[in-house]
Amino acid sequence: MNLLREFRRDIAIAAVALLVLVAIGLGVDSPWPRDFLTSFFAFGLLAMSLNLLIGYTGLVSFGHAAYFAFGGYAFGLLMQWNGFTESLGAAALPAAFVAAIGGTALYSLVIGAICVRLTEIYFAFLTLAFQMFLYSVILSAVTITGGDQGLMGGIPRPPFLGIDLADPHHRYVFCAVVFMVCILIMRVVTESPFGYTLRMIRDNAQRAAFLGVNVTRVKLICFVVSGSMAGVGGVILALFTSGAYPEWAFWAQSGEAIFMIMLGGLNVFVGPLLGAVALRVLNDVVQMYTSHTEIVIGAVILFVVLGLRRGLLDFALDWWVERQQAKLAATNREDDKR
Amino acid sequence: MLEIDALAACLSSPACLVNQTTTGLIIGMLLFLVASGVTLIFGVLHVINFAHGSFYMLGAYFAYTAYITTGNYFVAAAAGALGAAICGIVFERLIISRVYGQNVLMQLLVCYAFILIVDDLVKIIWGAEYLSMGIPAEFRLPPYRIAGGFVPPFYLFMVAMAVIIGLGSLWIVTRTRFGKIVRAAAHNASMVSALGIRVQLYFAALFGLGCALAGVAGALAAPVRSLTPGMGLGILVESFIVTVIGGMGSIPGAFLAAIILGLTRSIGSVGFPLFVDGAMFMIMALVLIFRPTGLLGQGTLR
Repeated sequence: MNLLREFRRDIAIAAVALLVLVAIGLGVDSPWPRDFLTSFFAFGLLAMSLNLLIGYTGLVSFGHAAYFAFGGYAFGLLMQWNGFTESLGAAALPAAFVAAIGGTALYSLVIGAICVRLTEIYFAFLTLAFQMFLYSVILSAVTITGGDQGLMGGIPRPPFLGIDLADPHHRYVFCAVVFMVCILIMRVVTESPFGYTLRMIRDNAQRAAFLGVNVTRVKLICFVVSGSMAGVGGVILALFTSGAYPEWAFWAQSGEAIFMIMLGGLNVFVGPLLGAVALRVLNDVVQMYTSHTEIVIGAVILFVVLGLRRGLLDFALDWWVERQQAKLAATNREDDKR
Repeated sequence: MLEIDALAACLSSPACLVNQTTTGLIIGMLLFLVASGVTLIFGVLHVINFAHGSFYMLGAYFAYTAYITTGNYFVAAAAGALGAAICGIVFERLIISRVYGQNVLMQLLVCYAFILIVDDLVKIIWGAEYLSMGIPAEFRLPPYRIAGGFVPPFYLFMVAMAVIIGLGSLWIVTRTRFGKIVRAAAHNASMVSALGIRVQLYFAALFGLGCALAGVAGALAAPVRSLTPGMGLGILVESFIVTVIGGMGSIPGAFLAAIILGLTRSIGSVGFPLFVDGAMFMIMALVLIFRPTGLLGQGTLR
């Protein structure tokens, strides 16, 4: 209850945002906004969860898409396993959902336990290495995962509690609700005392340790939460595409997620979401003119990193702060004149 | 999963043992060259060059083109090394040097951008299809027979080249004036520049040297592996594993770890073909848990 009161503003914003999203998805006749937004939910969760690590804790992970793919594959494989769906009946889909998230949490716990003790640079490339390991497992275990073809044959989506995820409208609303709940959870995590502990570790881990914070444990918890949230993103994408593909576990997916964060802004909560939209739009626009999208995207990254040196929302925030200060200075000067 | 019979049969037959050991050695040597470049750059400039695999790829493609035009493999190998070094220096001057001392995120992003751009450029210039160079004419000789196993002369050349180049770069860094200045600049760049030395030039040269090592590895790999855009990533990840196992900043450690990994790969492909990657990662995890500084690492860098 306390939580509800403390975060009532955020909850209200989330509820309004959810209503708007649902209205857009159901109000527009064509499937395009629904498809665009559903994939935005998935990649938005990937970017937002990665920002828990990079922006809030200072753990630069280059292998975050591994948890995204793990969630998607775990969900798809469970739903395709006849023994599982038959024994659980109508409860199969929610059970698979929960099990996929739980599995992702467990997987990120194992990888995190190895990685979070290491320094920045080791952390970045070990997370990358473990991601490529998962990628090679997915590619080589052809009999289970379908190898480079991906999880084929479609993922069955039996109805439960009157929700039929095979229906595009039901699916869209379900994904939107799941997405919003996850965003709210992350909001609570970052604004809670735990979230401030994360920021303290980012700014000065040694100091945090002196104050009695168990740095390794806090980092590990953050790693697991972030991995699980990315797993939810993967489940949404698996639901949406009715399959799972090895590219989700490829390193480029992680690089893209990192760039989404950078593009949107590291220091604003919803920055990664803006980054996800911006990158998607950029991709689509570039694709209209040339098939060599990678060169253009690469050039844009270089421009943002070396030229702007911060994300779009960071830029807006700085501009706003500067303007306020200029205003303040101007009024002060007028006061002096008088 | 485990094919004990095949493994035992191979281990008890000298011919198979010789074949697998040479295969393991050449895998190890390629890894060693790439990993020593990574470790050299990290040791001095304190940046992880996530784009190092791209220089391996560029070296391979440059060598391919040089071999097609001149027909001489030695020219091709030199072209691979030189081309990668020049690209490396340009990359260092224009891009990486701007993010020295910044957080890993920025370094990661510019490397990611560079990989995207180079992969796409390679696709435009050489096409997206697999290219294969084949064993160069100079080395189309009958293989040596050692204890029933076959050892192609080119493999011997590769191993010898890798050892010579590895020892040479170790010598450059530890014994020459250039190496001394670079190491001093790594400790205290402003002091060294106060002595009238243009530190930036030395940093660029060292970065170029690291990239040349990757380029040579690419040129050596071109005859035995197929060339494809994106080929650099696999070897990059493996060379990271090598630096973790060997110890960051230690070239002898990288050598030892590269041989261990190469042999794991080649013997594993007989004994546990589906678990080769898994075995490499297991070795790495064990090293991280029991000897976090790496086998020969000094332990101060982490």
